[in-house]
Amino acid sequence: MFGSHSSPFVMYEEELQQITGVLNKLLRESNSKVIFLVDKNGQLIASTGETEHLDTTSLASLTAGNIAATGGLAKLIGEKEFSILFHEGEKDNIHISIVAQRVILVVIFDQRSSLGLVRLRVKKASDELARIFKALGEKAERLEKSGQSQSPFAEITDDDIDNLFK
Amino acid sequence: MSFINYASREINCKIVYYGPGLCGKTTNLQYIYQKTDPSAKGKMISLATETERTLFFDFLPLALGEIRGFKTRFHLYTVPGQVFYDASRKLILKGVDGVVFVADSQEERLDANIESLENLKDNLEEQGYQLEKLPFVVQYNKRDLPNLTSVEELRELLNPDAVPDFEACATTGEGVFETVKAVAKQILLELKKGA
Repeated sequence: MFGSHSSPFVMYEEELQQITGVLNKLLRESNSKVIFLVDKNGQLIASTGETEHLDTTSLASLTAGNIAATGGLAKLIGEKEFSILFHEGEKDNIHISIVAQRVILVVIFDQRSSLGLVRLRVKKASDELARIFKALGEKAERLEKSGQSQSPFAEITDDDIDNLFK
Repeated sequence: MSFINYASREINCKIVYYGPGLCGKTTNLQYIYQKTDPSAKGKMISLATETERTLFFDFLPLALGEIRGFKTRFHLYTVPGQVFYDASRKLILKGVDGVVFVADSQEERLDANIESLENLKDNLEEQGYQLEKLPFVVQYNKRDLPNLTSVEELRELLNPDAVPDFEACATTGEGVFETVKAVAKQILLELKKGA
């Protein structure tokens, strides 16, 4: 199930398309440069915008680390978590928010946009993303229960694994 | 917790290197980084203090190739080893798929190894994990130095469950790839079991 320790977090084509659709719309409506979505464990789920010159894997890992550290800070002062972080730079700014307690939405924007606009559009997009992730969690659970989860691991052999290391 | 992406046909897993301060966790990652083909690795990130002690974590994404048409990526993390960075260590264990415990083989570090292993168990339990149920390997590092504890003794104290263990010298690379391969293999077998 989505978010549990025991089984993996699974993403399907259909949901990824929906998610990318929401991110593209948010990119347009907020006039931002780059948007990406990261699992709280630091795995990049989706990205859009001017990503060609960005190391998105490192950004994903550091964002998750940042959220984890901020969550630790929150607990120390008796808060559950800080749901929004904002980093202001000379040219570019980063707006980070937690969606559905599980994934992290990152918006990078410059002077063509504003913090107010980004906050407004992020709020709307977060609701849509939360709905998609809820449906995704239910779908994964349904497929798992009915034994149709088609895991690529079900039939791997020791040879397959050994071949990875050659 | 691994991440299987059917849309991009990728599997992502998280491996954490744990161990006492200055045992060679970062050196393990640096060696892997140096010896890996550029196409198979991402950038290595080190969040370190001015004296190069790990402050928050080191991070190295590693692509190992395909398995049943899925690109297999391992994200290697280290924790800060110094005792007072416990809060950071807890955070980095979130979502872990496999653990490497790097022990410092020098006699004077024996207590530090035991303390760090206990700390690993405690921190995992706090996150709802049990070390015995996770893919886990032990590395006895710094075998090139004088004043060593014997492998038998280290094994008895640090590896009573007889998980795969390796003698290593992370500065020269001895045992480094054997260690990461062993934990990656266990993770994939674990995923197979759960499939």
